[in-house]
Amino acid sequence: MTQISINVDGVNYSDDVEPRTLLVHYLREQVGKTGTVIGCDTSNCGSCTVHLDGQSVKSCSVFAVQADGHEVTTIEGLAVDGQLHPMQQAFHENHALQCGYCTPGMIMQSIDLLNENPSPSEEEVRDGLEGNLCRCTGYQNIVKAVLSQAEGARTPSEAQGAQS
Amino acid sequence: MIPAAFDYTAPESVSEALEALRSDAEEIKVLAGGQSLIPVLRLRLAAPTLLVDLGRISELHGITDEGDAIVIGAMTTHHDVATNPLVAEHAVLLTKAAETVADPQVRHRGTFGGALVHADPAGDMPAPALALGAEFVITGVDGERTVTAADFFQDLFTTAVGEDELLTKVRIPKHTSWSGHYEKFTRVAQQWSIVAVAAAVKADAGTISEAKVALTNMGSTPIRATAVEQALVGQPATAGAIKAAAAHADEGTNPLTDTNGDADYRRHLAKVLTRRAVVSAAGV
Repeated sequence: MTQISINVDGVNYSDDVEPRTLLVHYLREQVGKTGTVIGCDTSNCGSCTVHLDGQSVKSCSVFAVQADGHEVTTIEGLAVDGQLHPMQQAFHENHALQCGYCTPGMIMQSIDLLNENPSPSEEEVRDGLEGNLCRCTGYQNIVKAVLSQAEGARTPSEAQGAQS
Repeated sequence: MIPAAFDYTAPESVSEALEALRSDAEEIKVLAGGQSLIPVLRLRLAAPTLLVDLGRISELHGITDEGDAIVIGAMTTHHDVATNPLVAEHAVLLTKAAETVADPQVRHRGTFGGALVHADPAGDMPAPALALGAEFVITGVDGERTVTAADFFQDLFTTAVGEDELLTKVRIPKHTSWSGHYEKFTRVAQQWSIVAVAAAVKADAGTISEAKVALTNMGSTPIRATAVEQALVGQPATAGAIKAAAAHADEGTNPLTDTNGDADYRRHLAKVLTRRAVVSAAGV
């Protein structure tokens, strides 16, 4: 067992883990962050995407020991005081989910995408979500939701409306 | 799927890591970004008894300007290579290739050095490194040695790095006024290259004065398309001249046949993708 200290969604955790424990298993089974889901178990689907020190990673392809001393944000850490993150709200408003299984990863990757490129083209959004699969094939509305959050996409009145 | 149990060490310096590699553990694996290794461990295709994680060795991260070359630390991520201004200015072919590796999440973790030492014939970093004449700095207990790209890639998943050595940095000679393009053919998102072509060209007044072209997945190692390079030099940077030169792209290659395509199909792809890569690089 190896002792690790990780900040998850703003809270510090110290735990003993086996070195072979994947970050996604640690988050779900030891910290209880079951909002982060396991999809394909082969590093393809992106549904387990979280942010590690502010960058998106597939948590099935990182060992918990590698995250020792670092900060992790999961889908459960996005809402503040019950107020959805704007990207969560955009997915809701654009019907950007069908079964919902890919949604936690899609939202985490969409936020990362706009952090790196605040005003992407539609093609750049599709490329930026390359590592996330939606088996309902509901990509159209997912892309629409992300584009709705691009810089300059929202008029001031819409932005105000989303806050109220 | 959960990997078989292993011991784990995360040294903080290269010398500590080299010491760990000389321990008496039965099977030792070096963990860089883990984006190829962790899936392999999860499938239990490998079951090392000791994992040496290089993630905490700060001297292995970063990109520096060293006069006539840029030097990329082995643990620098694909994302950092793809977004680094020094790389964009002096080795734009690497920028273009790094942008195509897997997907954004993998590029945040996967490393330049890890991809090179993994030496997957379908991997995207070896061919651009070969094309640009990269020099590989390999460190062992006896010190550093430098290996050329031609000597570094030895076979399928096999490089010049010995079991008790580490690739620590890669020196890329500056190609400052060159342009470059990496043309990659895949059928679905985030797929490995079926074939890809790395091209860098230097053009003066509409004439190609120098050209470097290397192929991904046309053999067990990346292959320099020297016949194409020779056919390009001195030619006008026109679509017709480039197409004629690209017809040599499959010379000296030995592509495999698999479910993605047979060898003849890959030979065809090599020519088409070489034409596209050089046309894009030359801005035709």
